[in-house]
Amino acid sequence: MSKLRGKQLHQTLAFGTFRLISFSVVGVLFLIIGFIVIRGISVISWDFLTKMPTEGMTSGGILPAIVGTLCLVAGSMIVAFPVGVLSGIYINEYLKESWFKKLVRSMTNNLAGVPSIVFGLFGMALFVNTLKFGDSILAGSLTLSLMVLPIIIRTTEEALKSVDDSMRIGSYALGATKLQTIRKVVLPICYPNIVTGLILSVSRVSGETAPILFTAATYFLDRLPHSIFDQVMALPYHLYVLTTSGTDMEKAKPMAYGTALVLIIIVLLVNLLANSARRYFNNKLK
Amino acid sequence: MSNLKVEAIDFNLYYGEYQALKQINFQAEENTITAFIGPSGCGKSTLLRSFNRMNDLIPGVRTEGETRVNGINVYDKSVAVDILRKQVGMVFQKPNPFPKSIFENVAYGLRVDGVRDKHIIEEKVVNSIKQAALWDEVKDKLKKSANALSGGQQQRLCIARALAIEPSVILMDEPASALDPISTSKIEELIYELKAHYTIIIVTHNMQQAARVSDRTAFFYLGELVECDDTKTIFTNPKSLQTQNYITGKFG
Repeated sequence: MSKLRGKQLHQTLAFGTFRLISFSVVGVLFLIIGFIVIRGISVISWDFLTKMPTEGMTSGGILPAIVGTLCLVAGSMIVAFPVGVLSGIYINEYLKESWFKKLVRSMTNNLAGVPSIVFGLFGMALFVNTLKFGDSILAGSLTLSLMVLPIIIRTTEEALKSVDDSMRIGSYALGATKLQTIRKVVLPICYPNIVTGLILSVSRVSGETAPILFTAATYFLDRLPHSIFDQVMALPYHLYVLTTSGTDMEKAKPMAYGTALVLIIIVLLVNLLANSARRYFNNKLK
Repeated sequence: MSNLKVEAIDFNLYYGEYQALKQINFQAEENTITAFIGPSGCGKSTLLRSFNRMNDLIPGVRTEGETRVNGINVYDKSVAVDILRKQVGMVFQKPNPFPKSIFENVAYGLRVDGVRDKHIIEEKVVNSIKQAALWDEVKDKLKKSANALSGGQQQRLCIARALAIEPSVILMDEPASALDPISTSKIEELIYELKAHYTIIIVTHNMQQAARVSDRTAFFYLGELVECDDTKTIFTNPKSLQTQNYITGKFG
């Protein structure tokens, strides 16, 4: 009897600890968001979102930074998404189990662990200098896409791996070719997971500073970009500039919190989008 | 001898070093049902998969001799597997409908075959579902997902899916072993009716099932075809002692 009670006490203690830890993690998360919202909400206005910065970036808006970030996100996704998904398909569906496949896998994993500043340096050497794209949306997008490629490849691979082989075999037995099987049976089953991976990489890209530091981002612009060879302002870099090197850092502080809030809102929106896309594709499979 | 649909001639199959099928000679005539019986690992499923070359998907498989469908050696270099598999339908042990609508599951084989005409697709889908004795249960929910069906319905859907591409031979790998008794008897009735139009080979572990549905029965043991004869003969008067022991439940 007492042994049983001891066991129960053990359980209660263990789960109590788990609960406490989980709550404190969630609590810290809310604290961060709350802190940014409280400090930043006062500067958010229509003008803040749609105007150019003025007076040494201590007033006005952050439109060029918003547009710049959107350009970089779009540019990097246009490159990274098809390349990443197709590589994932190739590795999982076509590449036979061999030392080469193991090598490709471990290289992809290693690439995912490379610090983003290193990607920035590499992007500067290759895209900015060697290929002479200059500091531009093009160079920045390519650098960012290199950085998120491993994430997209891995999610695609994992998504494909989770598809039961009975689906593939059933398709082959009906006279489908391998390509038809992948396109019409395997990929539709994977859409929810692939889309999730894609959108998570969007939020990763929109928050990165280091890869665009030497390849795309600029301190200040009072106009919007005209072509992919233009430099841009970007939200994370703008935030960095405002908090470290403005002309009047005290006056720029509210602007910095406003920028941070906009960045967080963009990332949250993207994550919401990911969830609804996931739900949409899941419902299609039901 | 009447029309031979499915044959194996001095057929050997190896998984790497291991010989899974030894010198198999087998024949099945048009519009008959043949049951493959034998203990697990005896090679009956392997032989079944050699008629539509599903074994190709397993690395390290090597074959000698021939398996023939409609008189053509399916391992001949000129045979394209996707075209072969349109002539030889297959139903698996576990129902494996695609996570698509009921309609799209049955239409799948036609679509990958390049059929575009909506009316042809619709007609064939409806006919196949009717032929698979599923129509009354699904006619109002063709657009609903196949995953919402019961296991037995899913298996009949998989049969309908195989029928839609109008094969002449249907291979069934323990098609009822994952189903409850009522679904099983429905599938058995269905198999019996399909005999009028198709040549059917069914792998089964269920002796009564083999006795109930099949015209001929082939007994396999350790990769060899021990005996193949009329089902009645196999079950009442088998030539080999091994067959008799297996059927009476003394081993296996």
